Amino acid sequence: MDSKRRNFLKVAGLTAIAGIGAPSAFNMLLKGEALASSGGGHGEAAAPSGTRWGMVVDVKKFAENPELANQCISACHTVHNVPDFGNAKDEIKWLWVEKYPNAFPEHSQDKRPDYVQELPIMVLCNHCEKPPCVRACPTKATYKKKDGIVAMDYHRCIGCRFCMAACPYGARSFNWRDPRGKDENGNPFIKAENPKFPTRMRGVVEKCNFCTERLAIGQLPACVEAAAQSKALVFGDLNDPHSEVSQVLKANFTIQRKPSAGTHPSLFYII
Amino acid sequence: MIEKALKGSTGYWVWMLFLLSIMGAGGMFYAQQFNYGLGITGMSRDVTWGVYISQFTFLVGVAAGGLMLVLPYYLHNYKAFGRIVILGEFMAIAAIAMCLMFIIADLGQPMRALNVMLHPTPNSMLFWDMIVLNGYLVLNVLCGWVVLQSEYKGVKYPKWIKPFIYLSIPWAISIHTVTAFLYCGLPGRHFWLTAILAPRFLASAFAAGPALLMIIAMILKRTTKFDIGREAQDKLVTIIGYAALINFFFLGCEFFVAYYSQMPGHMHTLDYLFWGLGHGDQVYNNLVPFMRASVVMGLAGIALIFVSRAKQSDGLLVLSCLLIFVAFWIDKGLGLVLGGFVPNMLDQVTEYYPSVQELGITAAIWATGFFILSILYKVAISVKLEKEA
Amino acid sequence: MYGKGRIIPALIIFLGLMTSPIWLQLGNASKTPKPEKPKDYTECVEPTQYMRETHMLLLNQWRDDILREDADMERNDPKRVGHTANGTAYVRSLQNGCMNCHTSKKKFCDECHEYAAVKPYCWDCHIQPKEAM
Repeated sequence: MDSKRRNFLKVAGLTAIAGIGAPSAFNMLLKGEALASSGGGHGEAAAPSGTRWGMVVDVKKFAENPELANQCISACHTVHNVPDFGNAKDEIKWLWVEKYPNAFPEHSQDKRPDYVQELPIMVLCNHCEKPPCVRACPTKATYKKKDGIVAMDYHRCIGCRFCMAACPYGARSFNWRDPRGKDENGNPFIKAENPKFPTRMRGVVEKCNFCTERLAIGQLPACVEAAAQSKALVFGDLNDPHSEVSQVLKANFTIQRKPSAGTHPSLFYII
Repeated sequence: MIEKALKGSTGYWVWMLFLLSIMGAGGMFYAQQFNYGLGITGMSRDVTWGVYISQFTFLVGVAAGGLMLVLPYYLHNYKAFGRIVILGEFMAIAAIAMCLMFIIADLGQPMRALNVMLHPTPNSMLFWDMIVLNGYLVLNVLCGWVVLQSEYKGVKYPKWIKPFIYLSIPWAISIHTVTAFLYCGLPGRHFWLTAILAPRFLASAFAAGPALLMIIAMILKRTTKFDIGREAQDKLVTIIGYAALINFFFLGCEFFVAYYSQMPGHMHTLDYLFWGLGHGDQVYNNLVPFMRASVVMGLAGIALIFVSRAKQSDGLLVLSCLLIFVAFWIDKGLGLVLGGFVPNMLDQVTEYYPSVQELGITAAIWATGFFILSILYKVAISVKLEKEA
Repeated sequence: MYGKGRIIPALIIFLGLMTSPIWLQLGNASKTPKPEKPKDYTECVEPTQYMRETHMLLLNQWRDDILREDADMERNDPKRVGHTANGTAYVRSLQNGCMNCHTSKKKFCDECHEYAAVKPYCWDCHIQPKEAM
C-alpha cells in the first residue's frame, strides 16, 4: 500500500513537472510565437518595439503606368546582381509581377471585373513577423533581424531548400546552376555586375533582402527609389505612427497576402 | 565475423558486381551534378524537391518497419521472430544509409552539410531529423552487431545491450514522426498540413518495411537453407496486412476531409494526384496513372496476402508483398512529396519530370543500399546457418 | 620471417610512395610569398602580424556582425564602421573595405593563398576589383 502510494506520488510529481515544463519548452521551440498568436481571428501582430520596416504597394499606380513595374524590377535585379537564365526552371527573382488571382489565391475571385483580374501585383518577400522559412532553416542561414527584415547569410546556406517548401508566398529562389556562368551564346547571366554587391554561388537559396545594405547607408530600397516619383511604393517604419507608411496605412484600406497562414507580412496592398 | 561476407557462391559475386556497376555509373552522374549544380535534375523553382527527397521519405519508413520485428521479439518475447529480428535491424541500417545519401545528394552545398551541427537550430525539424536518423543508425548497428556477435560466439547477448534495444523501439517511431513533421508543419502546403501525416507514414512504414523483408526472406528460402519458419511468416502476414489496411483507412480520411469540406486548397493536390487538375485550359495529370495503380495494387495486395496465408502459397505471398511494397513506394516515394508542390504558392502548376542523371544517382543510391544490405545479410545468415548446422 | 620476399619490397615501395612529396620536391624550395601592400596607406585595421594570422576570423566576425545585427552606418555603428589604431574610420567589408586599399586580389590575396595551397571561396560570390591588365 505504502509503496504504491509512493509510486503514485512520484508519477504525479513527474507529470506535474512535465506539465509545467511543456508549454515553456514548446514556447522555446517557437520562440514565443505560441503566446503571441492568441489574438482574435487570424491574430494580431506583436506589440511594436523598435523599428519594423514595411511597405505599401499601391497597385492602382502600377496599373496606370505599365512601365513602372519593370523599372522597379530592373533596379532591384541590377543592384543585387540577380542572374537572368532566360527559362522558368532555373529562374531567380527577388521582385516580380503576378496577376491578382495568383498573388491572392485565397481571396474571392467571384464576379471580379476583368480589370481586377489583370491588375499587375508586385510580389516579393513579405518579411513576415512570423516567418515559416526561419522556423524551417536548419542552420540559421535565414533569420529575422531586429528591424523585422528576414535576411539570409549565403555563406552558411547548405541548399536544402526547406525554406522554399515553407514559404507560403513562393518568394524564394534557388541557384540551380552557377549564376556567374554564360549561356550558349557566351552572354553572362548577370548582364552588368554591380561591383558594390556580391553575387551568389551555385547551390544556395536567395530572395529579396529589403535592401538592408542600402538602408544601412541611409538609402531607400532600390525598387522604392525607382518608383519614387509616383509614390507607388511607400516604405518606412511600421512601428512609427508618424512615418509616411503608417499614415498611408491609416488613410487606406489595404490587404495582405494569405492572412490565414498567420505570418503577418510587412507588406500591404492598396487595390 | 565480417569475413563471412568475403566467401560466397558465384551468384553472390555476380549480384555484388552488378550492384557495383550501378554504383559506379551513378558516381559518374553525381560528379556531373556536383560540377554543374542541381539544375541537372528535373527540379525547378516550383517543384523544389524531387525523387531524392521522396526516396528519402519512403526509406525512413522502410527503416522504421524493422520495429515490427524488434517489438514483438524483445517486448513481448515472441520467440518465432528470433531468427529474423536481426534481418529487421540490418534492413534498418541499409535504409538509413540510403536516407543519408539521398539527403546529401539533394543538398545544393553538400560540403557544408555539417553546418547543421555547427549551428544547431532546435526550431528546425531538419535538425531533429538529423539527430533521430543518425541515432537510429547507431542504435541498429550496435544492437544488431552485438547480438549477432554473441550468437556467433555461442553465448547469450550481454545485459548492457538491453537498454539500447528498448530505446530503439520508441526511436523507430520517432524517425518517421519527425520526418512527417518536416512536411506537416508548413503553413502554406495544404496537402501536407494534416495531423494524420505522421500516423499515415507509420502505417505505410509498418507494411512496406516488413513486405520488403518478406520478399527477401522468400528469396533466401529459395537460394539458401535459411528458412524464417511458417509461424513467423504467418505472423508477418498479419502485420503487413493490417498495417496496409490502416494506411488505406487514413488515405480515405484524407479524401473525406478534402471532398466533403470542399476546401479548395485541400482538394487541389488530391485532384492533381488522382483525377488530374484542371487549371486554365489545361489538365495536369502526369502522376494520375501511378497513383491509381498504387491504390489498385495496394488493395489487391492486401486481399492476396490473406489468401496466400490461407492457401499457404509462397508464390502468392511474394506477389502480394511486391504489390504492397510498390504501391506504398508510389504513394510515398512519388506522390506525397511531388504532389505537395502542386499547385505552387501562386496557384500555378509546374509538373516535374526527373532527369536521366537524377534517376542514375537515385538508382546508384538504391544499389548502395542493397550492397550494404547484401553484406550484412550474408554475415547474419552465414552465422545463423553455421550455428544451426 | 614468413613471406619476407613479398613483405619487405612492398614495405619499401609503400615508404617510397608515402615520402615521394618530400624527395620529389628536394631542392625546389618555392620563393616566399611577397604580397604587395597598398602604397597610399601605411596602416591596416589591425597590426600586420595579427592580420597575417587571423584575417579569416576577423572577416567571419565582420560577416556575422553586418549580416545579423542592425548595423546602421549613419549612426557610425561599430558593427559596420571600424577604426584603426590611429583613428581612421573604415568600412567593415571585404568587397567595399579591404579591397579599397588592397586593389589587386592577384598581387595580395593570391600571393599567400597559392603558396599555402588554400582555396577560400570568398570570390565565388564577392566581386574582386577589376585588375589593371
